[in-house]
Amino acid sequence: MSEAQQAPGEPYLRISGLTKMFGPFAALKDISLEIFEGEFVCFLGPSGCGKTTLLRAIAGLDIQTTGTVEQAGCDISALPPAERDFGIVFQSYALFPNMSVAKNVAYGLENRKMSKADIRRRVNELLELVGLPEQGDKYPSQLSGGQQQRIALARAIAVSPGLLLLDEPLSALDAKVRVHLRHEVKSLQRRLGITTIMVTHDQEEALTMADRIVVMDHGKIEQIGTPLEIYREPGTSFVADFIGTMNFVPGSVRGPGRVSMGELELVCDTDGLADGAHVTIAVRPEDIVVQGVTAEDENVYPAQVCGLEFLGSFVRAELASEVTGESRLLADLSINLMRHQSIAEGDSLLVRVPKEHIRIYRGSVSHE
Amino acid sequence: MSRAAAEVLSAPIVKPKASRDDRMMRAFMGVIGVYLLVSLALPLYVMLSKSLEDHDGAFVGIANYIEYFSTPALAYSINNSLYIATVTTVITVVLAFTFAYALTRSCIPFKGLFKSITMIPILVPSLLPGIALVYLFGNQGLITGLLMGNSIYGPIGIVIAEVFFTLPHAIIIIITSLSIADSRLYEAAISLRASKLRIFFTVTIPGCRYGLISAAFVVFTLAITDFGAPKVIGGDFNVLATDIYKQVIGQQNFEMGAVVSVVLLIPAVLAFMVDRVVQRKQVALLSARAVPLEPQPKRGFDLVMLGYVVLVSIFLIGMLAVCQYAALVKFYPYDLSLGLHNYRFDVMDGGGWDAYYNSIKMALYTAFFGTIVVFSGAYLVEKGRGFRHGRAAFQFLAMMPMAVPGLVLGLAYIFFFNHPDNPLGFLYHTMAILVISTITHFYTVSHLTALTALKQLDAEFEAVASSLKQPFYKTFVRVTVPVCLPAILDISIYLFVNAMTTVSAVIFLYGPDTNLASVAVLNMDDAGDIAPAAAMGMMIFYTAAGVRVLHYFGSRWLERRTQAWRVR
Repeated sequence: MSEAQQAPGEPYLRISGLTKMFGPFAALKDISLEIFEGEFVCFLGPSGCGKTTLLRAIAGLDIQTTGTVEQAGCDISALPPAERDFGIVFQSYALFPNMSVAKNVAYGLENRKMSKADIRRRVNELLELVGLPEQGDKYPSQLSGGQQQRIALARAIAVSPGLLLLDEPLSALDAKVRVHLRHEVKSLQRRLGITTIMVTHDQEEALTMADRIVVMDHGKIEQIGTPLEIYREPGTSFVADFIGTMNFVPGSVRGPGRVSMGELELVCDTDGLADGAHVTIAVRPEDIVVQGVTAEDENVYPAQVCGLEFLGSFVRAELASEVTGESRLLADLSINLMRHQSIAEGDSLLVRVPKEHIRIYRGSVSHE
Repeated sequence: MSRAAAEVLSAPIVKPKASRDDRMMRAFMGVIGVYLLVSLALPLYVMLSKSLEDHDGAFVGIANYIEYFSTPALAYSINNSLYIATVTTVITVVLAFTFAYALTRSCIPFKGLFKSITMIPILVPSLLPGIALVYLFGNQGLITGLLMGNSIYGPIGIVIAEVFFTLPHAIIIIITSLSIADSRLYEAAISLRASKLRIFFTVTIPGCRYGLISAAFVVFTLAITDFGAPKVIGGDFNVLATDIYKQVIGQQNFEMGAVVSVVLLIPAVLAFMVDRVVQRKQVALLSARAVPLEPQPKRGFDLVMLGYVVLVSIFLIGMLAVCQYAALVKFYPYDLSLGLHNYRFDVMDGGGWDAYYNSIKMALYTAFFGTIVVFSGAYLVEKGRGFRHGRAAFQFLAMMPMAVPGLVLGLAYIFFFNHPDNPLGFLYHTMAILVISTITHFYTVSHLTALTALKQLDAEFEAVASSLKQPFYKTFVRVTVPVCLPAILDISIYLFVNAMTTVSAVIFLYGPDTNLASVAVLNMDDAGDIAPAAAMGMMIFYTAAGVRVLHYFGSRWLERRTQAWRVR
């Protein structure tokens, strides 16, 4: 998607066969991954999926049990953090409380044969960059959470590291500040062109910020792809369930390109699955069509609205039908549409499940 | 899982390369670890093996123990010690609970003042309450009649002195456990119409049960291992602690001293283990969402509580006042005129004013070096990277001193440092060994204070610093130490005060040129110079109290100076 990703040549960071054991527990299982120069990559997954463990292995803070990490062509697998090239920002900011903002930012610039004046100039430049000029004399505790996190960011990029690691940097902030800072961090990263890895459990954060997302679960990579790919074509049922909202309905394959859902037969891409195979049919609520549907269309069935849930900009309707049996589909209907069609609970309507939006997963899905 | 495990077997395991920082930290930890080995583990080991040897150093198995338990007089001391410790524990915990309850759950005035008063006993050697009791209830005491013919020399005196001595420790622990109460529990109980008594037994007591258990074990250990009170006021009533002293100093029977030490080690180790378990559970009781309980004024209840608190305070201050009076009276009970006659320590046995100056020197050294050693050690354990087994072993060593009574430690030092083959033998009788033994004796509490402070720091400071390519000692000096300064001051003051007042370990270790004030109190009392002993004891009190006041103002100043960045 982004230019960076299409950039030819060697990856900047290459992780191969990474495994991390904590006693008998495997926190990372055979992780392999390539990240290119200038890319913004998000590690996304539920808590305990290993995303932070992976980040800490890349930083050398908790070195992996087996496997290699190469950065800019050098094997850094066993190196301690101090001998690697990265800047890091933590959820807790980890600003030194007894030092002024300027001293915090200058911390990594000391002992580098830089003159005091140069350091001061660089600090001012960085504070400017993160939008907090004139705040250098304050102490961290006198700043808001969002401001503190920007200072932590300035401190991390002060030494111009080759790699920027962000460990849930926005999770401790208020919702509004978080959304605002997302854009700031992203545009800063664009401007500096610094290769960045961010760990997050917030899918919205990952979808809006990342060039590529690495979805993880139980110490394994479930899917790597651009935000759009991850959302539109979730590679596994876990990804489909974890990102966005998804209807999961049990079904079985009825010949090539056909699946059954209760008594209903749907046309879709069955991806070479054998006849009679048990599958899970997945479709997003916003992809279900109820407007301008005629009985002659493909994948159409009659349904009743048996529940409506108001969610602000749209309404989530629960659709029941004799043909689908116990399976009920959720459909997101815009407020506009609701007003136009004046849909109410108990109404009957024709529902179309567009073929291109149906995804089929082998077996049954257990999701909480 | 099994696939991952197979992966581990097939792929080479990454051996993390230690950075310069890692190697330096390990070296520093090794140095402090060796210090703890030499000052604690090895002496204890030598003492244990000594208890299995005869006079000539031949291994005799448990023969010494058999002899010990078949000597009725010695075995009788076990009963006496258990009796004293049990009675003291019951009385102290009840008194301390009521006191702590008054300070946390009533609206009496001057809570800060009363709390400071309860800290008085920490500032004096445990010999001092004994001396006060001699003047109050001795054969020619001020109010001997109140005892109705009973003698203060024996269990009664010991228990009163031990209650005085152990009260502050119990009060501190119970106040902590009472102040974490969640007012929502009380609101729920009241809304369910539980009676006051029922609320007390179903909410209050369960809420502080770990504090009570912990306090009971601390008091029990202090009482059973204390040597000062039974020495001064015990009379013919022998306990384990005085037995060690008598066996070693009186009869030069070192092997039997070692046997008694091992016996004394058992309750101390047991109490220590129970306390550790209980402490862990107490932490789990703390909930971040708890709403702190604000006591409501209730006139009658508050008055009763005030009366009680005043009574206890009078008891504590009274004991000191009696000592001060005894120190100033010319020749009790024949010449009651006041003067500084008893402060002419130089004309008396016991070490004279030099002993006092030695004590101050020793306390300063202990505070200075002890704080550096303890805080650095705690830092390395808490913030070190990798080297898991090394750090766990160090942590174990740091926790051990808590379970070792001072007398036992002192005796172990004799065996270890006085051994002709020990190259460190030159330390014996020097100031250095007094400082080393005192730092080691009070290591655990200081270590825990340092750990608590370090755990409150952001865990990622070190990670950030190393990503910025700054050495760990720079972060240690510029961030860790300044942020932990209040705790560092607490540790140094704790070490100073305890070095001033301790008798137990140093009693076996001082030399002719290194007499100490607290030891002088003991020796003057032994020689019958009770008034000068009281005078010296009060000198210790004034010094310790003065340093505490300095510490208080120092902390206040520090707080003001750093309030710009301290998060409140």
